[in-house]
Amino acid sequence: MYGKGILKGLGVTLKHFIDTYVDDIRMGKSRYGTEKGIAYRSSKDARGIFTVQYPEEKLPTPEEFRFIPFLVYDEGEDGEREIRCTSCGICAKVCPPQCIWIHRSKDPETGRPVPEPAEFFIDVDVCMNCGLCAEFCPFDAIIMDHDYELAVYDRHANNIYDKEKLLKPAEYYKDIRPRNYALQEAARAEKAAKKSAAKARRGKA
Amino acid sequence: MADTTLIAENDILARFPEGVSQDERKGYQGYIVAADRLVEFATALRDEFGYDYLSSVTGVDYLPEGKMEVVYHAYKSTGGGALVFKVQVPREDAVVPSLVGVYKGADFQEREAWDLLGIRFEGHPNLKRILMWEGFAGHPLRKDWKEAYFEEEKKPFDSRWPGGDVYRAEDKNPFGKNVVYPEKFDPEKWTPVGEEGFYGGLRGFDAGDGDEDLKTEQVVVNLGPQHPSTHGVFRMVVSLEGETVVRLEPVMGYLHRNHEKIGERNTYLMNIPFTDRLDYLASMSNNWGYVQAVEKLLGDKAKVPERAEYLRVIMAEFTRIVNHVFAIGTLLNDLGAFFTPMLYALEERELILDIFEAVAGSRMMCNYFRFGGVARDLPPGVYEKMRDLVFERLPRKIDELDRYLTENEIVRARCEGVGVLTPEEAIAYSAAGPVLRASGVPYDVRRADPYGIYDRFDFDVAVRYHGDVYDRYLVRLDEIRQSIRILQQALDDLPEGEIISGKPKYSIRVPAGEAYGRVEGPKGELGFYIVSDGSANPWRYHVRAPSFINLTALGKMCEGDKVADAIIILGSIDIVLGETDR
Ligand code: SF4
Ligand code: SF4
Repeated sequence: MYGKGILKGLGVTLKHFIDTYVDDIRMGKSRYGTEKGIAYRSSKDARGIFTVQYPEEKLPTPEEFRFIPFLVYDEGEDGEREIRCTSCGICAKVCPPQCIWIHRSKDPETGRPVPEPAEFFIDVDVCMNCGLCAEFCPFDAIIMDHDYELAVYDRHANNIYDKEKLLKPAEYYKDIRPRNYALQEAARAEKAAKKSAAKARRGKA
Repeated sequence: MADTTLIAENDILARFPEGVSQDERKGYQGYIVAADRLVEFATALRDEFGYDYLSSVTGVDYLPEGKMEVVYHAYKSTGGGALVFKVQVPREDAVVPSLVGVYKGADFQEREAWDLLGIRFEGHPNLKRILMWEGFAGHPLRKDWKEAYFEEEKKPFDSRWPGGDVYRAEDKNPFGKNVVYPEKFDPEKWTPVGEEGFYGGLRGFDAGDGDEDLKTEQVVVNLGPQHPSTHGVFRMVVSLEGETVVRLEPVMGYLHRNHEKIGERNTYLMNIPFTDRLDYLASMSNNWGYVQAVEKLLGDKAKVPERAEYLRVIMAEFTRIVNHVFAIGTLLNDLGAFFTPMLYALEERELILDIFEAVAGSRMMCNYFRFGGVARDLPPGVYEKMRDLVFERLPRKIDELDRYLTENEIVRARCEGVGVLTPEEAIAYSAAGPVLRASGVPYDVRRADPYGIYDRFDFDVAVRYHGDVYDRYLVRLDEIRQSIRILQQALDDLPEGEIISGKPKYSIRVPAGEAYGRVEGPKGELGFYIVSDGSANPWRYHVRAPSFINLTALGKMCEGDKVADAIIILGSIDIVLGETDR
């Protein structure tokens, strides 16, 4: 019969339409604007309407999600910021669009390089969010952020991030990437243990 | 097509005792052909040796030696490895005979080599710029050409560390001062005059043409560059006789950013995220093509561990599904079924992108492959999610899409018999991917020249025989089903273990030589040709872009069809401008 294909197709749309309302009734208020509702709409069982109403609703970002990088600092004993970055320059060298600029500190007396950046800039207009800097930093000092809402009115005035703007506490890192944080902390602890064991051995000898 | 009386490849030197020699440079392969024997050689290759499919044509600027080399990669449409041949000419007077007469698929690629490298192809029917605009000075891929924001020959740039005093590139090189015009060209005064000025360069265009007796007049219509149907900034110039297309010529390059020049300045690792930006719907496949080429150069140093091989297949096949549901959705948009089919298709895509995001960190710019493996293992919970999709949801949903569209009488009336490409034409035009297979040529790189671990999986090469828009749609649907099959096997067999060989390094040196890596991307054969001089940056980095080369046949497919059909024919090729224009 001519037109059968069209009717079959319309059946599919009708089913989607009905499914939306069936789910609305079944899930009630929890279908929209709640974590459960969003999770349902992005699950394998999703039927009917599946749009997430950004910005009222937001998809949760998975741990590995990457946006602009930030610099990590640890809280010292007396609340001091201990910047992890040693200004080794690897991230600046690996960055594909070359948007990281690091000014290495020098000791004013000896003139030797000090392992802390005097300045650290990222031109976030240029950053391509590739994550290579974080992947290759040997000190877990630069981490990819989850914050993707970065719109500004004047990009020329705002979009070169300096050290102050880039620094975030290790707590925040732990918060957005708990699994990676735990893994890295374990690796660091192991390394430190090895080091002190080696020191102890040397001390004995 | 290939017949049984072909001569074996070893006989090439016997067949051409003069003018052809083995390429004996270390790390190189294939033959060097004298320019005056090229056409004869290529004809014999096609007719006597069975290399009927010319995959890639590109040039390499060997500045220190003062030579310009044109590199050709030819294949048999029945499968097997490449036959590489090259022509060397002096740099300052680079003239090579055109192969368009032998392989039609050389058309756009030769124009590209002329445009970007300044190699003149004698006998080319329409040798003019293709990616850059006509008023552009110079040939940007030449090694002595410097672009507007030029800072240094190679990355990493010295200014970034240790004395990184930041500045914006635009501040040093403000807009308006970053262009060089050819001598005697004043952009302020230049205005194209009349239709001739706009279309004069187009092939066969004849302003005011028309048969006096019949009193017909051809009308030239521009579809694009801003046009909802072109999937980006792309232009089709159509000569119409009534509603019928007499001639159609694609005009592209609006999104050109000289990806290859950027690639030659980057280090090898930096190029991986840049390949994401080619066909941005299929970044995983792009990654794979590129790392495959570099791994060929690295040899045993970059042996991929088992688990990584499986992860690569899984990601590439998910990418194929993502791409094909999107292609089907947009095709329906082009047909005028606005956005309902598209959104149904996008739903599955979103679920797959969720997986990419969880594993690779980004939904579209995955940057997931590394030399000798992949960047990250699967986080907890993702494997189960993949299984749910592949075993439960996707098969059901693809059947639904099938039920929804395939038998629809309007779809069939619009698509059947439209934009036909015969198998012979498809091969001659170097069409690839679904376009080639919908024309009845069962050529799929995964089978014809297997890479990775594709030889372990059980799947069929999807093929259809009418070569029209409808069959291209069906081939994509078939391929999604085959991808699901591969995914089911790969997920069942996924072994535990390492995901990358050796310790990841941020700067690698690659042994000198050349390599061509190709994968069956969702849009067709995606190839990367890389020449290394042994340093940390590639000397030549070329992308064989299926979106670009498939367009060579667009004019042919549209001839004689209605103008409204041109839109869906373009849709059925499935181009992404990020890759077309590079
Ligand atoms: S962020 Fe890491 S890689 Fe970059 S300079 Fe600091 S320590 Fe080195
Ligand atoms: S994410 Fe990539 S582009 Fe951005 S700063 Fe890091 S390395 Fe550079």
